[in-house]
Amino acid sequence: MVLSLTPPRPADAAWFDTRRDGDLLRVAAGGRWVLGEARRLDHALRGLAVEGCRRAEIDYGAVDRLDTIGAWLLLRTRRELEARHLAVAVVNVPEALLPLVRTIDHDCTAPPVTLPYHQTLLWFLDRVGRSVVEMGRWGYELLGFFGGVSYETMATIVQPRRLRWAALINQIEETGLNALPILGLLSFLIGVVFAFQGADQLRRFGAEVFTVNLLAISILREIGGLMAAIIVAGRSGSAFTAQIGTMKVNEEIDALETLGLNTVEVLVLPRVIGLILALPLLTFYANVMGLTGGAIMSYFDLGITLPAFLRQLRGALGDWTFWVGIIKAPVFAFIIALVGCFEGLRVERNAGSVGRMTTQSVVASIFLVIIADAMFSVLFDLLDI
Amino acid sequence: MKPPADSSDIAIKVEGLLTRVGGHVLHDHVSLTVRRGEVLGVVGGSGAGKSVLLRTIIGLNRAVRGRIEVLGQDMTRLSGQALRRVQTRWGVLFQDGALFSGQTVAENIQLPLREHTDLPQALMDEVASVKLSLVGLPPDTAGKYPAELSGGMRKRAGLARALALDPELLFLDEPTAGLDPISANQFDELIRDLQKSLNLTVFMVTHDLDTLRATTDRIAVLVDRTLHIGTIAELRTDPHPWIHEYFSGARGRAALAS
Repeated sequence: MVLSLTPPRPADAAWFDTRRDGDLLRVAAGGRWVLGEARRLDHALRGLAVEGCRRAEIDYGAVDRLDTIGAWLLLRTRRELEARHLAVAVVNVPEALLPLVRTIDHDCTAPPVTLPYHQTLLWFLDRVGRSVVEMGRWGYELLGFFGGVSYETMATIVQPRRLRWAALINQIEETGLNALPILGLLSFLIGVVFAFQGADQLRRFGAEVFTVNLLAISILREIGGLMAAIIVAGRSGSAFTAQIGTMKVNEEIDALETLGLNTVEVLVLPRVIGLILALPLLTFYANVMGLTGGAIMSYFDLGITLPAFLRQLRGALGDWTFWVGIIKAPVFAFIIALVGCFEGLRVERNAGSVGRMTTQSVVASIFLVIIADAMFSVLFDLLDI
Repeated sequence: MKPPADSSDIAIKVEGLLTRVGGHVLHDHVSLTVRRGEVLGVVGGSGAGKSVLLRTIIGLNRAVRGRIEVLGQDMTRLSGQALRRVQTRWGVLFQDGALFSGQTVAENIQLPLREHTDLPQALMDEVASVKLSLVGLPPDTAGKYPAELSGGMRKRAGLARALALDPELLFLDEPTAGLDPISANQFDELIRDLQKSLNLTVFMVTHDLDTLRATTDRIAVLVDRTLHIGTIAELRTDPHPWIHEYFSGARGRAALAS
């Protein structure tokens, strides 16, 4: 019985013939056993019928080109025949192919591993469980870092000589001064948008002038501070993580420690204290720019002149309206700097981890800032301010 | 996959190459021929432009002037489909393996197969494990991520990926740098074995004198923006001071004595 793979063979294609000789199965391979032919050969070789055979012979004689995948297919065939209790002989291996056949034969002793495919329900539950544990551990470690940094901050307040003044000034410039253009522009635009939208709604009740009250309360109490915090988290929190993370990758942190320097004191404190000083100022600036935008829009949209705007503004403000926004800023700053530095120190020794931690730092700090803001709202409500 | 053999038995031919990086001329009138089945080692001082030479030949860096032929194709004019075809015929091992960090080792090895062939998944899994055993990695490496591997294992896995498409030509950038001497020896043997059984042509940038002695047929020394090419014995008689110091300095003598 002759079973040939592709009866009209192209000149250089790979082929094999199988022939029965009593209980002997002869497999004769020929042509170019290379990668491009592998798909066809793989399929055909898997369908090899061996019923009633007790011996087999694999003939390499007509193979004129062989690469690792061809050699593997022939070896696999041999192993499969052996697994079905056939005595297999390999014959006529051309001299030139001998080294490769031997190498593959010698190296591939282990059965190929089939990889687990990630589709099962169990795998899903496993992942969910791991993420939850991971998140719990993250919170726990952050709390520990919070404790450490708080302790160092207190120690520095008692002993201000330990503070790195040059680094602190540098951080204030970087996180505060350099953020002014972007923060100013965005706050201004937010003020414009609020005034426009507010006026549009309030006009229906004939209460346009209360647009100023709306602006004053929303910008001073919430929006100014949140804008500043979110911009700073995106600009500086991520920068903290990336800077410290890169130092971690370069083993600079380890070098600092072995030189007898305190990482928290050298790297974390200037950033934390710098941001705590800068963010309230940024919040004030964002408030001013937001109100300016609102005032300009109010003039063009509603015809409220600047003196009228200021008079209405003074009436709208309670004793605490301004301070409510400013008081929150140092807390936001502490959260952003803490998370930024914490994620930076968590970076592992590969470049990919810097990017991952930076993303995580921004997301986590904005998340925590908004949680803190919500808690402040509850607190201020209880205090009636 | 492999096109018919080229009439010539020359794998790489570089003529009158001039490259410039950041305003610095790194190679001037560099010419080089690598025959099929040959292992060529490229050495030179730090910053002499060894890696740039490799990158220029594989087309990652543009030559200012000169002609580069790889596997009979003029690399300076090749683009699109024709370039892709040449790229499937060579394998490149970068310094730290350059494994894709988001993929397991098996997926890394299978990526070129997935892009350039239509093998069924079961066969690709087999191929991945064959390549892993070829480079001497245990089978369970297949499911690991590059970050979980040591430097030496990453290099081996990188080599397995470079071998995925059964290339005719292999480019290695500092294959033994950063390995301990035992791993480096094993790597040398591995390269030599693979070269013999797969009849590879190897273009290798290295600093390692032991690797040079153990694996290469000829050596190209990059000094003063040009190449001095020859066997170790020929280069030891070269009067150029850097080459003399390289082969006859303390390290050179120790490595070449045995």
